[in-house]
Amino acid sequence: MKADEKAVNTGIHFMDGDSACCEGAIAAGCRFVAGYPITPSTEVVELIAQRFPKIGGIFIQMEDEIASSIAISGASWAGAKAMTVTSGPGFSLMMEHIGYAVMTETPCVFVNVQRGGPSTGLPTLPGQQDIMQCRWGSHGDYEVIALSPNSPQECFDLTIQCFNLAEKYRVPVFLMMDECVGHMSERVVIPPADEIEIEPRHYTEQAPGEFSPYNDMEGLVPRTTKAGDGHNILVTGLTHDDRGYPDMSANTHQVLVDRLIKKIRHSADDIIILEEDDVDGADIVVVSYGISSRVATRGVRMAREKGLRVGMLRLVTVWPFPENRIRELADRIEAFVVVEMNQGQIMREVQRCSEGRAQVAGVLNYGGAIHPPEEIYQTIAGVSS
Amino acid sequence: MKDSKMATAEKKERQSRGNVNINKDRCKGCGFCVEFCPTHALRFSEDFNALGYHYPVRLEEAACTGCDQCGAFCPDFAIFGYRYKSHT
Amino acid sequence: MTESVVTDHTKQETISADQNRVELCEKNPAEDFLRMDRIPHIWCPGCGIGTSVNAFVRALIEAKVDRSKLCVVSGIGCSGRVSGYLNVDAFHTTHGRAIPFATGLKLANPELTVVVYSGDGDLSAIGGNHLVHAARRNIDIKVVCVNNFIYSMTGGQAAPTTPMGTIASTAPYGFCEYALNLPHFVEACGATYIARWTTFHVRQLQKSMQESFAKKGFTFIEVIAPCPTLYGRRNQYRQGVDEMKMFKEVSRREKDIETRDAEIKPGEKIVIGKFVDRERETWLESMQHHYKEVLGDAYYPYTGAMI
Repeated sequence: MKADEKAVNTGIHFMDGDSACCEGAIAAGCRFVAGYPITPSTEVVELIAQRFPKIGGIFIQMEDEIASSIAISGASWAGAKAMTVTSGPGFSLMMEHIGYAVMTETPCVFVNVQRGGPSTGLPTLPGQQDIMQCRWGSHGDYEVIALSPNSPQECFDLTIQCFNLAEKYRVPVFLMMDECVGHMSERVVIPPADEIEIEPRHYTEQAPGEFSPYNDMEGLVPRTTKAGDGHNILVTGLTHDDRGYPDMSANTHQVLVDRLIKKIRHSADDIIILEEDDVDGADIVVVSYGISSRVATRGVRMAREKGLRVGMLRLVTVWPFPENRIRELADRIEAFVVVEMNQGQIMREVQRCSEGRAQVAGVLNYGGAIHPPEEIYQTIAGVSS
Repeated sequence: MKDSKMATAEKKERQSRGNVNINKDRCKGCGFCVEFCPTHALRFSEDFNALGYHYPVRLEEAACTGCDQCGAFCPDFAIFGYRYKSHT
Repeated sequence: MTESVVTDHTKQETISADQNRVELCEKNPAEDFLRMDRIPHIWCPGCGIGTSVNAFVRALIEAKVDRSKLCVVSGIGCSGRVSGYLNVDAFHTTHGRAIPFATGLKLANPELTVVVYSGDGDLSAIGGNHLVHAARRNIDIKVVCVNNFIYSMTGGQAAPTTPMGTIASTAPYGFCEYALNLPHFVEACGATYIARWTTFHVRQLQKSMQESFAKKGFTFIEVIAPCPTLYGRRNQYRQGVDEMKMFKEVSRREKDIETRDAEIKPGEKIVIGKFVDRERETWLESMQHHYKEVLGDAYYPYTGAMI
């Protein structure tokens, strides 16, 4: 289906990433946002608070991030597309409800405008240290989807993608922004509503009494319903059978968790978006995402000017991780250089997938500042020699 | 003249304005119904139900008003009272 | 001899002219609202949660609540299992978070009747912050708080509601904190309707529940319930029925009661009754009025779920 014409802010804008994220959510059909103020993400909800009364949305500033992160699950079960927005410390408080949304297969979107951590850390400066947290932060085994924009335009585009993926796979989806992308202003083109494709919720067509919440399957993803439709559903975070009834057995647990993981893993090719530049002819491939990828591009250019054959692989989708692509490349290139603002969270993933067949070097920092391009160039030059 | 026990039961049954319906296998034997029956018309069974509890049985010697107090107390949905209604 | 059958929505009646009386058939009226394939439930013999559910179901029937629009949301714990036994749209959420989940549910579809049914530890300890703010905002949800004085699911640890001096597994020598006076607390926060009953007062409890369905805004009903397994046995009430007898004995319903007098101390009276019944605009109403006034025609009210 198409976006709502009355709500989409079509035009060419000069806006920051936080604002673009807000506009993307509106274009995607999000009409419920629960949030709690936290730097550097607050601008998203401030603009939501401004825009929603004029487009028919509900914004509520909750008492904390824990409340925000479960209120969106409630809203989602009432049939709304729902989102919450936060940063590091708030994201830590939300972890339990990532697991709840995974277990209950509740479509919803978490936006994390990352700042430097641990703890209160660097409220006003960027970081990419929550990348592993969004993948593994909630207890238990699961798979989620996370996208990482590197420009305000992508903040708009990928927010829509997040909502679409959430509906398609019934999973919480993360927009892993960072302070730089959130606060940087650039040209953002918002297309007309009829050019914006949005994924509707996949409702069951079964009649009340026949419908079983986790049995009406579309591949590995069950069709859903919403509260008030007469299906008398039971939704629980406990391990449940396909009626939604709690069932504390190892077997039921295995069947359930296996499907929750496979519904994402088996669709990895459909989900993963990568941006590649000259990867095929490269000896060295720079892997990066988010704001780091923009300085990495400069480092790559400097290396190419020195005659090095360097490719660039940008992870637009961070999770699920593009394991197959990294494996393929590891077979024929000499080295990966991973540029990120943490102590090697994605670098270790690249190491895991390259299984020793290619050298892996990191250009890492502790957050707070983006890398100087020279540092990236020097690392590339170092591995090539 | 002293009535026989059977005769008393019959008399009480005639005085009863209602009765109870007991689903004995749902009962967990908490005794709320037996303890708080306003007319003391219930007692515990001697035998056990499928879950291993003593369940309530109607005491024939006492009148039941069908007030459903037992039903309102029952945590296990195992008993409820109902009233007889005259029909012409 | 004639025989005819009359049916209504809750019970089937067989009229036997011979006996000149009406007898109800096999079915407990509560069954219609329960997931009977999950009964017997997990609650121990003598637990009061089932009794409160019984009153709740009867209140639903009496108040003729539209079942297709009814959602019951629970947190975690013994009382948190209530939602799972009710045959309505039921949500068993995370520990302490039933209220914010219900807030999202209600605001995203205001047509729903949203009930939060959970325990004292869940709602007032880990979920205390949400209790404060949902009452303050006057979110239109109906809260039923089963207070059994203890964390029962995890083995009888002390809760904010554990009366001072009583024994809990984490207070083996007696609990030395002041207990939270729940009605007083939610009154200060802004709840529109507040009542407290024990599971001995099933009829009054049912009536309060019925009243709360008719009431707009944040309502709070505290149900004092026995937990023989984890509270009673450690505190001289060997069985549920012993605790029920204590409730019968010490409960006091007085004229002009105020919530500040409702603190529960061991061996003292338990104040019961309806404490508060007042009108306040709900969060949604207040938002709508305000935006209409401030934004005029530019205001575009929320029209419910989008797809």
